[in-house]
Amino acid sequence: MIPTREVAELGRAEDILKVRQRARALALEAGFGLVDQTKIVTAVSELARNTVTHGGGGTATFELLEEGGRRGLRIAFHDEGPGIADVELALRDGYTTCGGLGLGLGGSRRLMTDFEIVTSPGKGTTVTIARWR
Amino acid sequence: MREQRAAVTLRSDLLSDAELERQSAEFLAIFQAGIQGEDIREIAGPEWEKARDFLADFGRSRGQRGFTPTETATFVFSLKQPLFSLLQKELEKEPAILVGELWTISVLVDKLGLFTAECALVGREEIIRRQQAELLELSTPVVKLWDRILALPLIGTLDSARTQVVMESLLQAIVDTGSSVAIIDITGVPTVDTLVAQHLMKTVAAARLMGAECVISGIRPAIAQAMVHLGVSFNEIVTKATLADALRHAFAITGVTVSRSAAA
Amino acid sequence: MERIPILRMGRFLLVTIQVDMHDRLALALQDDLTARIVRDGARGVLIDISSLVVDSFIGRMLATTASMARMLDAETVLVGMRPAVAITMVELGLALPGVRTALDVEKGMEMLRARVGPGAETAGHDSDP
Repeated sequence: MIPTREVAELGRAEDILKVRQRARALALEAGFGLVDQTKIVTAVSELARNTVTHGGGGTATFELLEEGGRRGLRIAFHDEGPGIADVELALRDGYTTCGGLGLGLGGSRRLMTDFEIVTSPGKGTTVTIARWR
Repeated sequence: MREQRAAVTLRSDLLSDAELERQSAEFLAIFQAGIQGEDIREIAGPEWEKARDFLADFGRSRGQRGFTPTETATFVFSLKQPLFSLLQKELEKEPAILVGELWTISVLVDKLGLFTAECALVGREEIIRRQQAELLELSTPVVKLWDRILALPLIGTLDSARTQVVMESLLQAIVDTGSSVAIIDITGVPTVDTLVAQHLMKTVAAARLMGAECVISGIRPAIAQAMVHLGVSFNEIVTKATLADALRHAFAITGVTVSRSAAA
Repeated sequence: MERIPILRMGRFLLVTIQVDMHDRLALALQDDLTARIVRDGARGVLIDISSLVVDSFIGRMLATTASMARMLDAETVLVGMRPAVAITMVELGLALPGVRTALDVEKGMEMLRARVGPGAETAGHDSDP
C-alpha cells in the first residue's frame, strides 16, 4: 500500500459530497469492512459539513497510515473560522448553533478510534480523526 | 550456505532447499551493496533500504508460515560465522584492526537480525488476529425459529469485540431472512455489565431503525438484580424471562396463532 | 441538475435514492415529493434508502420529509436501511422520530396498506420529467 496524503478543498456544500466519496474510496483501499467504511464516511460527512457551515470553508487532509502491520486512515479538517469557545459544550449531543442536530462533533468522536480537536476563538479549528483496522 | 544449512533451526518441513538458496543469494547480494555505505552499523540509512525491505518481507512471510522469530532471525545471524572467518584470514597480521572490524560486523548483523525478528513477530500477529476474527464469526449462530422470527442464543461471556460481531451478524441475518422479530436469548450469558448492556441496547436500536423488533429473553434473576443496581434499564425494549415467552410474544407480533389439535 | 425520479404505484409513491445526494438534490427531492403527494392524491410514500449513507443532515431531511408528508395526509416508510448504516446511526445518536421503517419495499407496502387502506392500486408508473 502506497502511503498517501492528499488535500481536498472544502469551500461549498458540493465539496462535502466529493470529500465523502474520497473518504469512501480511501477507506476501501485501506481494507476496512463495510461497517467501518460507513462509520468513516459518516464522520467525514459531519465534520466536512461543520467546516463549510461553521468554519467558513477550509480543507480536508487525507492520510493512509500503516503502523506495525495495522492499517489506518486519518483525516484532518481545518478551517480559519471563528473557532470554538467551549469545546465541552460543542461536544455535547444536541448542542447546535445553526439549527443542525448538534451530533457532528460528539458523533464523529464516537464513530472513530482517534479524535483530536484544536481550536480557540479567533484562531480557527482543526479536527483530526482516525480509524485503525 | 554451509552455515545456513548447518543451522539447527532449518525447518525443512516449511522450506525447500532451493528456496533457501535463492533467498540466501538474494540477501547476500543486498548485504554486499549495503556495506558499501558510510556508516555500516546504522541500518536506518538509505543504503540499507533494500535490505530492510527484503528483510521485512522475508520476516513477515516466514512468521506467517509458522517460523518463530528466532528461527527467522537465524537466517541473518548465520552470516556472522563466515564473515568472522573471512575477516580473521584477511586481518591475521593486524589484531587491533581485526577486533574493531569484528565488532562492527557483529553490531551490524545483530541489528539486521533483530529487525528481521521483529518483522517475523508482526507476521505471526497478523495470522493470530485473522484467526481470532474467524473464530468470532463462527461462534455466533443465528437460528430461524419461524417465518420472520429469528433467535440468537448467546452463550458464554460477551466482550466488546464479540458483541460487535454478534450485532453485525444478527442485523445481516435479519436482512437476509426478511425477519420482523429477533429474539436475543441471554440464558447462557453468566454476567452482563454496563458495556454489554449498552451494546445490546444499540443492537435493538439498530434493528428497530431497519424495521425489525428485538426481544431479549433469558434474563436470570441474578442478572436482573445486577443490571438494576448498575442503573441499566431496558425501558423501551421488550424483555421476557424465557425463550418460550419470547416466542409467544413474537407470534403475537407477526400475527401467528398456534392451536392444539384435539387428542386422537 | 438531475432530479431523483418518483414512481407512482397506485395510491403510493416510491422513491429510490440511488446516488450519494448532495444538499441541493436532497432539498429538490423534498420539494418534488410534496408536490407529487398533492398532485396524485398519494396516501403513502416509500423511500428506498438501500444505497444511502445517512448522516445527520440526510437524517433530518428524511424526518422533515416524513413530517411534511404527514401534514398532507400521507404516511412515509423508509425501506432497505443497511445494517452498517443502522449501526452507524445508532452510534452517531441519530434517531428518526416519527418515521416508520421496513426491511424492504414489499414489507413497506404491507405496512402502508395496513394503515392507509388498500385503495385502488394500479400498476401505473409515472415518473417526474
